[in-house]
Order: sequence, then C-alpha cells, then structure tokens
Amino acid sequence: MRYRGLVSSLVARELKARYRGSLFGFLWSFINPLLLLLIYSFVFTKVIPNTTEGAQPFALFMFCGILPWTWFATSLSDAAGSLIAGGNLIRKVLFPAEVLPLVSVFANMVHFFLGLPILVAFLLYAKHYPGPSDLVWFPVAVAVQLIFSSALALLLAALAVHFRDIRDILANVLTLWFFATPIIYPWFQPTVRDYKPYFDLNPFTHLAIAYQEILFFGHIGHWRWLLALGAASVALFLACYWVFDRLRDSFAEAV
Amino acid sequence: MTAIELVNVSKVYRRYGGKQFATLKSAFLQRSILRELQPSEAFPALTNVSFAVPRGSTYGVIGPNGSGKSTALKLVAGITKPTSGTVRVEGRISALIELGAGFHPEISGRENVYINGIMLGLSKRQIQDRFDEIVEFAELKDFIDAPVKTYSSGMYMRLGFAVAIHVDPDVLLVDEVLAVGDEGFTHKCLDKFSEFRRRGKTILLVTHSLNLVERFCDEAIWLDAGRAMLHGDPKRVVGAYLTAVEASEEQLLAAETAKAMKEGNAEPDAAERPADPTSTDMFRATEGRWGAREVEITDVQFLGPDSRPAHVFHTGDAMSIAVRVRAKQTTDDFVFGIGLFNADGVCCYGTNTYLEEIRPERLSGEAQAVFAIDSLDLVEGTYKVDVAVHKRDGYPYDYHRLLYTFRVKSRTHDVGIYRPKHTWTFSSNVKFSPGGPSSRSVKTNT
Repeated sequence: MRYRGLVSSLVARELKARYRGSLFGFLWSFINPLLLLLIYSFVFTKVIPNTTEGAQPFALFMFCGILPWTWFATSLSDAAGSLIAGGNLIRKVLFPAEVLPLVSVFANMVHFFLGLPILVAFLLYAKHYPGPSDLVWFPVAVAVQLIFSSALALLLAALAVHFRDIRDILANVLTLWFFATPIIYPWFQPTVRDYKPYFDLNPFTHLAIAYQEILFFGHIGHWRWLLALGAASVALFLACYWVFDRLRDSFAEAV
Repeated sequence: MTAIELVNVSKVYRRYGGKQFATLKSAFLQRSILRELQPSEAFPALTNVSFAVPRGSTYGVIGPNGSGKSTALKLVAGITKPTSGTVRVEGRISALIELGAGFHPEISGRENVYINGIMLGLSKRQIQDRFDEIVEFAELKDFIDAPVKTYSSGMYMRLGFAVAIHVDPDVLLVDEVLAVGDEGFTHKCLDKFSEFRRRGKTILLVTHSLNLVERFCDEAIWLDAGRAMLHGDPKRVVGAYLTAVEASEEQLLAAETAKAMKEGNAEPDAAERPADPTSTDMFRATEGRWGAREVEITDVQFLGPDSRPAHVFHTGDAMSIAVRVRAKQTTDDFVFGIGLFNADGVCCYGTNTYLEEIRPERLSGEAQAVFAIDSLDLVEGTYKVDVAVHKRDGYPYDYHRLLYTFRVKSRTHDVGIYRPKHTWTFSSNVKFSPGGPSSRSVKTNT
C-alpha cells in the first residue's frame, strides 16, 4: 500500500510505453479483444458449432470467460519475467521489488477494463442485460481475481529469478489450464458435469463461472464459491508474499 | 554524530549450484530446491570492513577494480544485505550508482523524470516543484519531451544525475559518476557536491579519481580485495594506495619486459629490417629485434635513483639504462644507441655514441654501457625504449626495437611529452590559496 503512487505511475508508464510508436495506439486495447471475439465466433459457430442450450450466442458466452482469462494469463507470464526485466532497478536502485510483478497484474487489469466496453456493447446488442445485483458482484469477482493473480504473480516472479525454466513451464501450464477451465465450453454441459469434482478443484473455474453468470446470464448462483475463493486467495497472497519476502535479498545478486 | 556506520561488515557473493542459474530440473532431480539454493561457491567481496562517516563529512572510498568499493556502496544504499556485520545509515539516502537506471526508453524525458523521482522517493508534488530546476540542471530544455531512447548517452546520464541530485537526500552515495558529461557538466556536479557539503549533508564517494578524493574528502578508506587496507586522512590514504599501485605495476612491467625479451630472441637473426635508426619511420614502428649479432645485447635494465632495477619512475627521478653486450669477436666499429618513445610512438629522444662523437676504439667480450639521465623530465605515461648496437654505417649488430617499457608517474597532470624544469613566480598582488594541486606541483618539482 505504501507504494501506491509508485505502482500507479509504473502502470501508466507501462501502458504508455506499450503503444508508443504504434499506429493505432490505445485502440489496440479494443482491437485485440474484438479480433479475438471474431475468431472465436467463427470457429465455434461455423467450424465446430457448440449449440448447448442456454449458452447462445455461444461466441458471446465464451467471450465473458476469455477476457478475464486473458488478464490472468498475461499477468502471470509478464510477472514471471518482471524481476528479470527490471533487473537494473533491483541491482542498482533501492527499489521495492514486489512492485514489479504487481505492476504486471495491474497493467493487464487496465487492458481488461478497456476490453469490457466491447463485451458490454455486444451483450446489449444480443439483449443480455445485466441485472442490478450483478453490478455489485462484478467488482467482487474482479477483486477476487486481482488478489488471486497477485499472489501467483509474486510467487512466480520470485521463483523465476532463481529458476529461469519457470517462464517456459508457465506458458505450457497456462495453455493446459485454459482448456481445463470451462471457458470455451459451458460448465453445465453434460460432459462437463460428469467431472464436476475435478473442475471444482480448479480455482479459475469458479471465477469463470462467476463472470459468465454475472455478465451473460444476469444472475449469480455461484457466489459462495466466489467468496470462498476470495478468502483462499487472501491466504494464498499472504503465503506467497512471505515466500517473496524470504527470497527478496537474493534478487539483487541473482537477476 | 555518525551518518553511516559499518561494523565488521562482510559480504559473500554466492554462486548457486556452481552455475550462474540453477534450473528447476536439477533442483527436482536432486529433490531439494532448498539445497539448490545453498551456496556451492562463495566469493568474499568484503571481509570485516568497518568504518564510520560523521554527519556532514565527505568520505572517499578508493581501491582497484574489484576491491569491493561498489559492494560497500550497495550495502550502504540497502540494495544488498551484508552476510555478517551491521550497516547503519541515518537519514534519507540517494544513490548515484546507476544513473537513469529506471528510465524507460520509449517514453519522454518529462515522464521519466516523474517516474524516476517517484522511484527515488519523491512525491508528485515535490517533483512538480523541482521539475524546472531538474531540466535546467540537465541542460535538456529542448529535448525533455522527446523519448529517452533518442538521447545520447551523455544526455541520459545528465538527466539521471539531475533527478537523483534533486531528491535532496541527507546522505548522498556517489559511484564514479563524474565521468558523466563534458567538462562543463562535471564542474556543475562538483559545484553541486560542494553545495551539499556546505549544507551539512553527508557524501560517500567511490571513485578512481584520487585527485578528487584529496581535494574533496575529509576522510578516505582504501579497499583492496575486500579488505580495508587503511583509512584516515585522504592524503595519507591516497599516498599509500599509490605506492601499492606502483609496486604492482612494477611487477607487471618487469614481466612484460621479460616476455618481450624472450619473443625478441626467438626472432630470426637475419638483417631483413631497415637498419639505419635515423631512416626508420618512427610513427609506424613496431617492436622487434633484428641484427646479425656479432655483438649481442644480452641484458637491458632500467635502474632507479637508488641504482636498483625499476620500471616505474617519477618525473624528475634519476634513471639509468644499463646495457650488457657480448662481442663474439673484437671490433673497432660499433655504436651504442638509445631511443625513447611515448605511447603514441612519438620519439621523445634519440641519440647514439656516433652522433655524440664518441669514437669507438675497441669492444671485446662481455661489456656494459650505461646511459644515465640525471632527471627524467617526462610527463606521466608509458614509454618504450629502443636499444641498439650497430656499425657506424648503420649495419645492425643487435637492434631491440621498443622492447622495453617503463612508466613515469606524476602527481601533476600536465600535458605534452617533456616537462622542463620550471617555477612560477608572481608579483605580490597575485594571490593563490595555500594547498591545492598547483602549489604541490611546484613543491615536488622545483
């Protein structure tokens, strides 16, 4: 919390720098999810159509899960390299190292927010109006994801300093994780229901379901899981921060 | 009141798993991530170093590369933690260690000033207040809105320096950053340091510029291989350090000469090189040895004022070049020659017995010639020496081209090649403050 100013200015820098020199600049934050939506809707309505009852238009349904997933996945892969990329700061300046992985999470959160208007526009177009209680639950889901991502970001960043393999392993784990989460298939599909206990073990399942319920269906039935995940995330965050803190002194020498 | 205090501080750098970076695989294979994180190789960067810097004083840290100076600074800055011992610092620190370390190349100088300032612990407001001053100091008014990647390295450093110095710390840590800009900027930095001193701030200065330490510091410490060799009065510390440097240079030059001698010997005896020293192109000279060796140079030694072999001299020292030769047969046609060249290959002085009209009569067996210089009036630098024995018509017996090296040291950084003996005198209305480098030069050399 002490580093709020530092984190916010670094996030701003990150965003400014990312699109500096590109033709469309900040528009890319909108264009990227839009293109993604187009690709997914083509594949899952034309090539391998998913006609599950209650999840139509299917592309829109998927999109409710893909946007938060993109935030989660890019946060983690950015965070894993953040300490190494910011090695100059850690080695040469008295700098709170935990700021760097957190900046990765926050910068990607801003991208997530910038992608939301596209999603909302299409939701309204498809006449999926969010209910009033969802407007309350949406921030909760974002907060839970923020804590959960930050916890993993800290852990991965700290470990990646010592084990560079983590970044490669992570890329593969994230792909696996993506397919193991009910994002591009609905959780209430019969084939998924058979394995429900296993899916429940996956923390992101609950986040994905929460987002889909809030944004797509307009009512939340999954809030107990969401709050439980929130509580677990806080505990995880504290644990990961502890590990990060333990390894902190080794960063300046190892990066 | 001490501002910085190090008590028995040691810092050991560890190498994990014998490699730079351990891999997860090996950690898993050995079933112990923790063991992987145990040091397998330790390198002591600092060993039991203690010193205290009183508040408001300027403290210099000197020593050769790799002596632990920067490690000491990083410990004081809190960037790394000591392996043992305690480091205590009072007040806000600003470290001029890596200037502009946090700059992002893609965004403008203006934005970087803000972010860098925040990283160094300023608030947005404080930066706003100091912004103009910072830009003014960095002399970057016209470029402040250009991305930092378009800056020259000098501009980059200047901006970094300007931000760091405007943090207004109680303790300023400086690591060799005065090589930042041109002469003008360096002066500005020094002025800024003086201002800091006047305002009672503490400065810890790591530098190779011994002059600076003598001029600026109240106290100094000399580190070598992570150990504190000496601390106290800067003049005394610098003096002791210089003596040690000379001793090691002496060894280095002796080894070099021995090597050159060996290589020269290995070369074929045939006289295929231009023989006449006066016709040799002095500027494109390369070292080597040639000649038929009817008379052979067996040994060349530089002798210092105490007639002992030496390779490092001070300006104004007496110096002799002793040349031992062996004549295979008695001859009446021989000339001894000497040439001194500086590092640029410029001939500083060349002479031989023929030019000085010393008539040869007889040379046989083992013999020695000594070329004695009463006062070596050369400026600081490395010099190479030609030694030759040849016939009057230039036919070389044994020609040693640039095979011998000696160094001249001087406390005065005057320029050129030759330092004539000189004094300065001034009329009574010209006043200089006592001390200072110029008065020292007069003192040592007249």
